[in-house]
Amino acid sequence: MGHRTFERGIHPSYYKELTSGKRVEPAALPRTVVIPLQQHAGTPCEPLVKKGESVQEGQKIADVKAFVSAPVHASISGKVKDIELANHPNGYRCASVIIEGDGLRREWGTGTKGVDVGTLQPEAVRQAIREAGIVGMGGAAFPSSVKLAPPKGRAVDTVILNGCECEPFLTADHRIMAEEPEKVVWGLKALMRASGASKGFIGIEENKPDAIEALAKAVSGSPEIKIIVLEAKYPQGAEKMLISAAVGRKVPPGKLPFDVGVLVNNVGTAVAVFEALNWGKPLFERVVTISGNGVREPKNLKVRVGTLFEEVIAQCGGLVGKELEVLNGGPMMGNSQSTLAVPVTKGTTGITVISADEIRSKPYEPCIKCASCVEVCPMGLMPYRLGDYGKLQMTAEFSALDGLSCIECGCCSYVCPAKRPLIQWIRVGKLRLRQEARKAQGAK
Amino acid sequence: MDQKTTNTPDSAIGKPEVRESAVAEAPAAAAKLIVSTSPHFMAEESIPKIMHTVVMALMPATAASVYFFGWRALLLIIVCVASCLATEYAFQRIRRKPVKIHDGSAVITGMLLAMTLPAGFPVYGAVLGSLFAIGVGKELFGGLGYNIFNPALLGRAFLMATYPVLTTTWVEPRTVEKAVDAVTAATPIGLWKFEGDMDFNLLDMFLGNTAGSLGETSALAIIIGGLYLRYKGYINWKLPLGYLGTIAAFSAIFWLVDPAKYPNPLFHLFAGGAMLGAWFMVTDMVTSPTTSLGQWIFVIVAGIMAVVIRIFGGLPEGVMYSILFMNAFVPLLNKHTRPRVFGAVKAGKG
Repeated sequence: MGHRTFERGIHPSYYKELTSGKRVEPAALPRTVVIPLQQHAGTPCEPLVKKGESVQEGQKIADVKAFVSAPVHASISGKVKDIELANHPNGYRCASVIIEGDGLRREWGTGTKGVDVGTLQPEAVRQAIREAGIVGMGGAAFPSSVKLAPPKGRAVDTVILNGCECEPFLTADHRIMAEEPEKVVWGLKALMRASGASKGFIGIEENKPDAIEALAKAVSGSPEIKIIVLEAKYPQGAEKMLISAAVGRKVPPGKLPFDVGVLVNNVGTAVAVFEALNWGKPLFERVVTISGNGVREPKNLKVRVGTLFEEVIAQCGGLVGKELEVLNGGPMMGNSQSTLAVPVTKGTTGITVISADEIRSKPYEPCIKCASCVEVCPMGLMPYRLGDYGKLQMTAEFSALDGLSCIECGCCSYVCPAKRPLIQWIRVGKLRLRQEARKAQGAK
Repeated sequence: MDQKTTNTPDSAIGKPEVRESAVAEAPAAAAKLIVSTSPHFMAEESIPKIMHTVVMALMPATAASVYFFGWRALLLIIVCVASCLATEYAFQRIRRKPVKIHDGSAVITGMLLAMTLPAGFPVYGAVLGSLFAIGVGKELFGGLGYNIFNPALLGRAFLMATYPVLTTTWVEPRTVEKAVDAVTAATPIGLWKFEGDMDFNLLDMFLGNTAGSLGETSALAIIIGGLYLRYKGYINWKLPLGYLGTIAAFSAIFWLVDPAKYPNPLFHLFAGGAMLGAWFMVTDMVTSPTTSLGQWIFVIVAGIMAVVIRIFGGLPEGVMYSILFMNAFVPLLNKHTRPRVFGAVKAGKG
């Protein structure tokens, strides 16, 4: 206690001890990868390769000209077997490049001399980040190069690295910070140079003491960077919560961090920035936490994008139990999968497998106005009413209560004693509101 | 067997030749996969768990009522609980709704209603009060969660209107040595109100050794139950403390003006239903506001009203009416005291 934090929120059981002490191991080289052409928020990519073509590890295989986008790279070397629709862990089907590997792997970063951060040119950093296909690795997968190009008149003075990792089970960021603190700090400095920021912060929850220690050592010679120890609380890693806790600025509803002069990036993203600028290595693999009571041997693995969940899980001793829920991400915001034949993407922070008896859902009861949801909502909303308005599709009322400000963290559903699926109903409300807005725009 | 089916190119993707993938079917996963929406973790709270905890919290007051008023008190409690359950069952059956009498909410209503009755109250009256409390106070509104007024207080208000004499005919606790059993006696608040008697014993009032309703007399027993609820996290501290604090502060003004005429704040806190109301009625989740500011307004106005009614009203029924009155404003309070949305500036609040 006593650490900085935001208002409200919840304290779920964390279960981090399953993997927090386990070093990141490289996953086995997959024989086949399914690489979705949409791994970022924004316009999907178009393939640059054809069926039958040979590709190298790290070769760009798909791109698109749109501003909000990031190219996609081959994660193994081999031959393009097919380009076809395949399952995407976000729940839809997406054009994907399927590569059959030749079993070769490339060494990245050996013999390269470190680049001096002070010599970096902002535009060059942005370009390199774009070319490397780097997206936010905290799960949302927003293209990082876009964040570095805020609209005219918006200056960024602070870069915050997000090392909170407040989802239960997940420890990928924790391990990255503990094992590669120098890369994290270098990436932060590069992001500061590219955005023109003079101050850098790394926000870490108090429950990761080894990561805090490792990073503190790594920043000891850099007075412009501060480590901020935050209370372990969910959703501490939500962008707006983190900014408020770390620098005391509040992003107004409907605004973005750059509106308050802040740029937020995940610690894993910072490592990707380091590797892209120093080694020319694009983003085609990432650290994934595989955990939960439905997995025999929880692990932190460095997995190549496109590796199927089933293959990853097999490397963790396989599944335990008959009825399970497999999540892309953590239990608070992850998506459950209907098949294990889905690939790890740039946004896959973890694969959480929970047994059915942990999640068995009950029919919901009437709201008893206990106010728990209002007390935990980090955005200061009234979820029980938003849920009703969303369910009843009363968009005017929904909008009047700032329903669009909901960050879908799920705290309200978590605490609801009546087990009301508030967050689903709020999603319906948001969707309906956006549909109506689009329709109104079309009518003009 | 997997069979590749050739599809027409997907227009949404444009250029590439796109085909249905062979990996669409999961290759015989041994486990059954469950699909649901986030969050996939939930707290272990449930409505029955909350209600049963409240029932537990009422146990000290129940024990105290039996200690001070004998088995007659237990009889009234049992009658009220049983008739509340029966009423709820009947309404849910007749309205073809799922029967949920096991959730504990009707038990609480029955216990609380009994707590507000004098030990000598007739059994048929207790049955009628329960019928009204659950039938009109709860089920006619749509059942648990939809009622506007606290059902137990509504039942008590109904009995006040129908049996004004019986509801205010108190008996001495049996711990007080008397020649005959069950002597009718005035409560401390009645003695002060109607006879100007300021000679009260605060310790007896705190322990419950005075005439009064079953569960209202022992402030100590109620506080124990209330603290247990607070420890379990089911009540918001600002509700009971705000209500009691307002009663104390507001009554202190009168007391300071004329201590010979008005009793001190401690008297107000320990007399009548102030404690029971503060810990078990004001904190009723369904009928109290959901917003922080709304909760403050709710308890402060109710606290002031309770003192005003006690001092200036025809009957010293301040607690009951103050809470029922403020119950009516809860929807309005919820609507107009929204918490500020994260990051919103003051002026932008509508």
